[in-house]
Amino acid sequence: MLGHRLSEWCGHGPILEEDIALTNIALDLVGEANLLLGRAATAENAGRDADALAFLRDVREYRNALIVELPKGDFGFTVARQFLFSVYALHQWEALSTSADDDLAGIAAKALKETRYHVRHSAEWLVRLGDGTDESHGRVQDALDELWRFTGELFLTDDVEQALVKQKLAVDSSSLFDAWKRDVTDVISRATLRMPGDVYMQRGGRSGMHTEHLGVMLAEMQVLPRTYPGAKW
Amino acid sequence: MTPTPAATEDPKRLAEFEARIARGDTIEPKDWMPEKYRRQLIRMMSQHAHSEVVGMLPEGNWITRAPSLRRKMSLLAKVQDEAGHGLYIYCGAETLGVDRHELVSQLLNGTAKYASIFNYPTLTWADIGAIGWLVDGAAIVNQTMLAKASYGPYARAMVRICKEENFHKRQGFEIMSLLSAGTPEQRAMAQDALDRWWWPSLMMFGPHDKDSPNSGELLRWGIKQKGNDELRQRFVNLTVGQAKAINLTIPDPKLRHDAETGNWAFGEIDWDEFWRVVKGDGQCNRERLTARRKAHADGAWVREAAEAHAAKRARLESVA
Ligand SMILES: [Fe+2]
Ligand SMILES: [Fe+2]
Repeated sequence: MLGHRLSEWCGHGPILEEDIALTNIALDLVGEANLLLGRAATAENAGRDADALAFLRDVREYRNALIVELPKGDFGFTVARQFLFSVYALHQWEALSTSADDDLAGIAAKALKETRYHVRHSAEWLVRLGDGTDESHGRVQDALDELWRFTGELFLTDDVEQALVKQKLAVDSSSLFDAWKRDVTDVISRATLRMPGDVYMQRGGRSGMHTEHLGVMLAEMQVLPRTYPGAKW
Repeated sequence: MTPTPAATEDPKRLAEFEARIARGDTIEPKDWMPEKYRRQLIRMMSQHAHSEVVGMLPEGNWITRAPSLRRKMSLLAKVQDEAGHGLYIYCGAETLGVDRHELVSQLLNGTAKYASIFNYPTLTWADIGAIGWLVDGAAIVNQTMLAKASYGPYARAMVRICKEENFHKRQGFEIMSLLSAGTPEQRAMAQDALDRWWWPSLMMFGPHDKDSPNSGELLRWGIKQKGNDELRQRFVNLTVGQAKAINLTIPDPKLRHDAETGNWAFGEIDWDEFWRVVKGDGQCNRERLTARRKAHADGAWVREAAEAHAAKRARLESVA
């Protein structure tokens, strides 16, 4: 999802170097999604492949966190979201790299390397924008404040996850919160930004309760496989 | 039409320079060169770089609608390559003493040109295949020639870029061949894309040599090695067989093999259309420039912030 959102920048970035960097991150993310969906399809064993899971599920069947489906916003929003998400992803991948599932552990090890770069890149931009001009400071602070209510969901756990934790396949997402908070606080203060205050945390992605944005995004993303059922591309 | 550069240049140096070109020497940034050579190169290289960047738009149009994860990744990678090509050629042009920002502002204010082909719209997924196959294919024919250009930085950029363009072409051809062998709708989509992109691809080689204002000088100074018509013929010869291999029909009733020359003879290009699009009245000329201007304007605060931050950093470091 986030890879898709980032790819919307392709050709429209603030500088050519950043078009390249954002596309790079988008590529990593779509690649990770492809591997994860492939693994999920194998586990499901119902004849669906990664593409079927990506292109033929509707809104209520999608299980992504809400934060990644929000529209890309301005560059400040894109950077802030990437940063908040990538720090979470870093800790998640780190934990999953020791999963008892070899495939998942392998995917995690690969993604971990990529995510280190995503964190570094987005953190550098957060600092640049936060500690840049008054305008950039204001814009990126607004973005953080706006995004904050979507961060809590990343650290919720549920019965499915707990079952996987018992088999040492997955990690308890709530256990990642402290490390995330520490890293995020550190960069936000270096960026001369203020930590957003406590707000009600939105939730629902993991149970298929999405924002209105997801349907529009899927309509665009899925148009070809839906229009030409059964066609190979 | 060929201007006489000797009027303003030291004749002795000019003669030495032309002798070097004739020997096949490579000209490097620090070498003496006639002002007109430098200007022609800047014009060509910046046009080329602009084309790479503007070319991201018609293909970028399909990234969010790519029909599979694999296709989405390869299209992302392709468009990213084009951005890299743009950057690389801008850097090459900077070795001639111009500033990239200056070149970009010429693009944005409409005084610099870019490849006209990108003023045509991408209507279906098959257009992504057709662009890779035909547009990157035509670019390869051009750039393989430019890889032998007399100016070192340009020639070296072309060598590197050509490798990636070959990959793009293969990918585009693969998309087309899959579509052509697919469902009837997919097949029709592929043929329609070939119908729409064929002639504009031939136009990419520019006007006939006799109508090309810059060709004479570019050839004499080894910036170009071959004329537009010869390159166009080479492209047609290469492509006819490929179209046959994937069962698509090139939309030219006059296309026939000439046993005498070994060439595929083809019909006349619609030069009115060519000049109309070059002069700004293609369907997407305005959209492309508007999109670039918007990206530039929307990014202004980001660039200002990056500069302000770098300045703060520099001050801190000079204090420390
Ligand atoms: Fe290119
Ligand atoms: Fe290309």
